[in-house]
Amino acid sequence: MRKNLLLTVLLTGMMGTAMAQKDNLEDMLEDKDAPKKKDFVTATFKATRIISSSSVENLGQGTLDFRISHRFGLLNQGYENTYGLDGATTHLALDYGIKPWLMVGIAHSGFLKEDDGFAKVKILRQVKHGMPITLSYMGSVSVQTTPAPTLPSVDSNKWFLSNRFYYCNQILIARKFSDAISIQIMPTMVHYNLVDSSKFSNNTFAIGIGGRVKLNKRIAITGEYYYRLTNADMTVAGEKTYNALSLGVDIETGGHVFQLMLTNSQGMTDRTYIAQTATNWADGGIRLGFNISRIFAIVKPKEFRGKEADKW
Amino acid sequence: MKKIILTSMVLAMATSGVFAQKYLTRTGKVTFDATTPTSPEKIAAINNEVSTVFDAKVGNILFQVPVKSFKFKNALMQEHFNENYMESDKFPKADFKGNITNLSDVNFSKDGTYKTTVSGSLTIHGVTNSVTVSGTATVTGNTVMLKATFPAKLAEYKISVPGLVADKVAKEASVIMECSLTQK
Repeated sequence: MRKNLLLTVLLTGMMGTAMAQKDNLEDMLEDKDAPKKKDFVTATFKATRIISSSSVENLGQGTLDFRISHRFGLLNQGYENTYGLDGATTHLALDYGIKPWLMVGIAHSGFLKEDDGFAKVKILRQVKHGMPITLSYMGSVSVQTTPAPTLPSVDSNKWFLSNRFYYCNQILIARKFSDAISIQIMPTMVHYNLVDSSKFSNNTFAIGIGGRVKLNKRIAITGEYYYRLTNADMTVAGEKTYNALSLGVDIETGGHVFQLMLTNSQGMTDRTYIAQTATNWADGGIRLGFNISRIFAIVKPKEFRGKEADKW
Repeated sequence: MKKIILTSMVLAMATSGVFAQKYLTRTGKVTFDATTPTSPEKIAAINNEVSTVFDAKVGNILFQVPVKSFKFKNALMQEHFNENYMESDKFPKADFKGNITNLSDVNFSKDGTYKTTVSGSLTIHGVTNSVTVSGTATVTGNTVMLKATFPAKLAEYKISVPGLVADKVAKEASVIMECSLTQK
């Protein structure tokens, strides 16, 4: 009996040790009490714009983005105008990320001499095995800075500053379907305080669709199209308007993203490319353009502050 | 009799448990630096969410690093790090499994700093390499501070750097680990 007892003790002891080792380090690392972290989907698009349109991407908190965009002249202008490369409109913009979910920006556009500002708020974020979409609101306002036109000198004919204001409200709904493919839908309302004629509504409702297909880690093909649901027959300064269609390439080079595109819109403010694109793909009324963006870290994340920060 | 056997079993298991001296942390720190003289800005990041567990009895050690928890000064760099270099959706964790090879040189019951050598397998970006790293273990009461600095060649872990920025990212990142473990 005693032998048996000894054996049992020994065996159990060995088993115990074996178990203690087997209850291995990996199990110990698993933190069962920790709340499960949500796995947010990131990088639905490479940049904060798909082409001209806002994407659901926001700038990181405390980062400043200096953006220079050009849209050249019309390709169908022929060789004597270097296929439009001689004339370009410029859009200079400064965007800033206040919070991970909130970014704002101001810009000046050479086309129609327009200043604009916007705010973009992320409301929903796509989660792996959870929320299927990312949803943001983008609102922008722009004002033309061209001199007031000379009006017939009748007392009732006053040129109000408010005549020059334009607004755009958008809901951005995006989903990253796979590493390579992302699609975004943009229900949009554009408001002109003043339109050419009482025949036209001040509001244009449109639905936009945009997307990207990644060819490799650093190059992606992009596209966006706005279909105007109402007010599509609106003329601006007597000119007919068309739906905006753009196709582009995103090229990522370290600190910035370079976007190259073909588009029929000349304007780069929200209201101009959505509501008053004046030329048409069908007859070659398209132009080359690019956006370049350079990112600066203004406010350092908390890990990089304090006395240890000198190392960085 | 049965009672005695049961008691001895319980006792034997309990004692074996006491001898298993384990140290744990979930807030270990790892930093890396892949800056070269031609880099336009510092390419470096901090991660304060390293989990480490260490068995002082047998010298087994395990590090787990959630790759998405690396913080960069530049948010865009952080996104590129995850998207293009580490592919952290595919490979969310980097880990190290190994042993302290000179365990007998460390006296865990006496405060002090001991030189240690650790060898094992390091997995980054889904690629495993065997490495041997020397560092220090500082014992203070029931905590052990493990520190090590070692190089990691990007190519050995199949982390590709595009030609355009090839001279702006170091071929070899210098990695610093600092984990303060407490006895469990």
